[in-house]
Amino acid sequence: MKADPAGVLTGAHYLDGDFACGEGAMAAGCRFTAGYPITPSTEVVERISRRFPMMGGTFIQMEDELASMAAVVGASWTGTKCLTVTSGPGFSLMMENIGLGAMMETPLVVVNVQRGGPSTGLPTMTGQADMMQARWGSHGDYRLIALSPQSPQESFDLMIDAFNLSEEYRVPVLFMMDECVGHMTEKVVIPPADEIEIVPRKLTDKPPGEFLPYKANGNGVPEFARAGDGYRFHTTGLTHDERGYPVMSAECQEELIPRLINKITDNVDKISRFDEENTDGADVVLVTYGITARVARMGIDMARKKGVKVGVIRLIVVWPFPEQHIRDLASKIKAFVVPEINLGQMVLEVERCAGGKAETILVPHAGGGVHNPQDICDAILRAAK
Amino acid sequence: MSVTIEEVEAAAQKHPVAPYLRMDRMPHIWCPTCGIGTVMKCYAQALEEADVDMDKAAIVSGIGCTGRVAGYMNLDAFHSTHGRAIPFATGVKLGRPELLVTVFSGDGDLSGIGGNHFIHAARRNMDLLVILVNNFIYGMTGGQNAPTTPLTAKSSTMPFGNFEEPFNLPHLAASCGAVYVARWTCLHTRRLTKSFQEAIDRRGFRFIEVIAPCSTLYARLNRLGSGFDLMRFYHDSAEIKHGADPKEVGIDFQDKIICGKFIDEDRPAMHERMDAHYKKVLGDKYVPMPPEGGWLHE
Repeated sequence: MKADPAGVLTGAHYLDGDFACGEGAMAAGCRFTAGYPITPSTEVVERISRRFPMMGGTFIQMEDELASMAAVVGASWTGTKCLTVTSGPGFSLMMENIGLGAMMETPLVVVNVQRGGPSTGLPTMTGQADMMQARWGSHGDYRLIALSPQSPQESFDLMIDAFNLSEEYRVPVLFMMDECVGHMTEKVVIPPADEIEIVPRKLTDKPPGEFLPYKANGNGVPEFARAGDGYRFHTTGLTHDERGYPVMSAECQEELIPRLINKITDNVDKISRFDEENTDGADVVLVTYGITARVARMGIDMARKKGVKVGVIRLIVVWPFPEQHIRDLASKIKAFVVPEINLGQMVLEVERCAGGKAETILVPHAGGGVHNPQDICDAILRAAK
Repeated sequence: MSVTIEEVEAAAQKHPVAPYLRMDRMPHIWCPTCGIGTVMKCYAQALEEADVDMDKAAIVSGIGCTGRVAGYMNLDAFHSTHGRAIPFATGVKLGRPELLVTVFSGDGDLSGIGGNHFIHAARRNMDLLVILVNNFIYGMTGGQNAPTTPLTAKSSTMPFGNFEEPFNLPHLAASCGAVYVARWTCLHTRRLTKSFQEAIDRRGFRFIEVIAPCSTLYARLNRLGSGFDLMRFYHDSAEIKHGADPKEVGIDFQDKIICGKFIDEDRPAMHERMDAHYKKVLGDKYVPMPPEGGWLHE
């Protein structure tokens, strides 16, 4: 279906990434947001709280991030598209109910405008050190989807994809921004509502009585029933059968948990998104994402001037990771170079997939700023030797 | 006289509250002489007597013995995470304002791990009926100390007796702004049902504490006899004092339990106040969320 025009601020704007992210959510049809203030993400909910009353949306500032996350899981069960927004310390608190969202198969979007960590870290300064928390943060086995924008324009565009993916696969989608993208102001073009494609909630057409809330279709994803439509369904964070009833057994666990994982891993090719540039015949391939992808441009240009054949994979969907593609590349190149604003997170995935066929070189940054392009260039030159 | 399983099941289906329960999930998990089942039955009966549209009622529980209630009610039912029933229910209510949303959970869940959510939902007068079953102890995990364990009572983590002050829950709820505050024991079945029914018809944050015996842990650890002894004790030591000052209704170990309706006020619920406020300050520009929720459809 097309976007509801009430939420779409069509036109060319000069917006920072946080505001663009909020606009993206509203354009995607988000009509419930619960949040707790935290730097550097707060502008997202400030934007939303100012515009929601004019489009039938409800914003509530909760008492903490535990509550914000619980509230969006609850509200999503009314069929409403839901968002919460945070940064590192709040992201840690949200892990509890992100797990609930995964277990109950609840569509929703969580924005993390990353800052320096751990703990309170560098509240006003950038970081990319929550990437593995996005993958593993809640306890137990599960798979989610995570995206990482590199600009305010992408903060808008990818937000719509984030909501659509959450509906398609019935999972929480994590929107891994960083402080630089969040606070960078650039031109953002918002298209007309009828050019924005929206995936609506996939409501079941089975009548109550015949409907099983956790019976998956061919895609591994069950159909949805909203609270208040007479289905009187039951849903729980406990291991459950197709009726949504708790079953405390290894057999039921074996039925449920692989399905939750397979609905993502079996569809990696459909979910995966990355920009690929000059990887054919490259000696070195840079794997990068978020603000670092833009900083790396200069380092790449510097290395190319010195004659190195450099290709680029810019991850847009970060999780699930494009494993097969990295494996395929590994046998054709000398080395991967992975700059990131942490001391080695996504590089572990690259290294794992490279499987020793290509060298993997991390260009670390502890956070609080972006890389010096010279460091990235130097790593590429080292890799090309 | 012997009866077959089929006869028992057939009789169960004819039980007056059977339509309100998921009979396919019976028998429930609660111990013999536990009070939670009785509280659930009173709630089911109140839904019937208040003529609630069951398709427009949702129930949210947290984790623990009482946390299992949502799983047995034949409503849209959510068994959420430990302590988070109130914020989860807040989302359900604000996502589809037409729903009657009940939170049904235990003392540890709502006043221990969920204490922060409890006070804030009361402060903002969230439109929730909150039923808290207080058995003075963490039952599901094996009898550990709760924020409600009376002074000197023993628990598995206070083996020499509790020395921490417990919460006086009606006082906590009232001082945070709850518009309806009552306490009953699970032996006051008629009064409790009436209180549920009354609270269903009110708006805002309505809080009902129900004292219930835990024979398996609380009674055993404190050598209080059988579940029946505990029930008799609650029966004999309950004292009904409507309108009592909530400050004065704290519970001491094996002492009197003041019951009754302490607070009954009418104030707009959070979402009503939000609507009225936006209408006033934004006028025609304000577009409220429709009663059926903020979902998008073709």
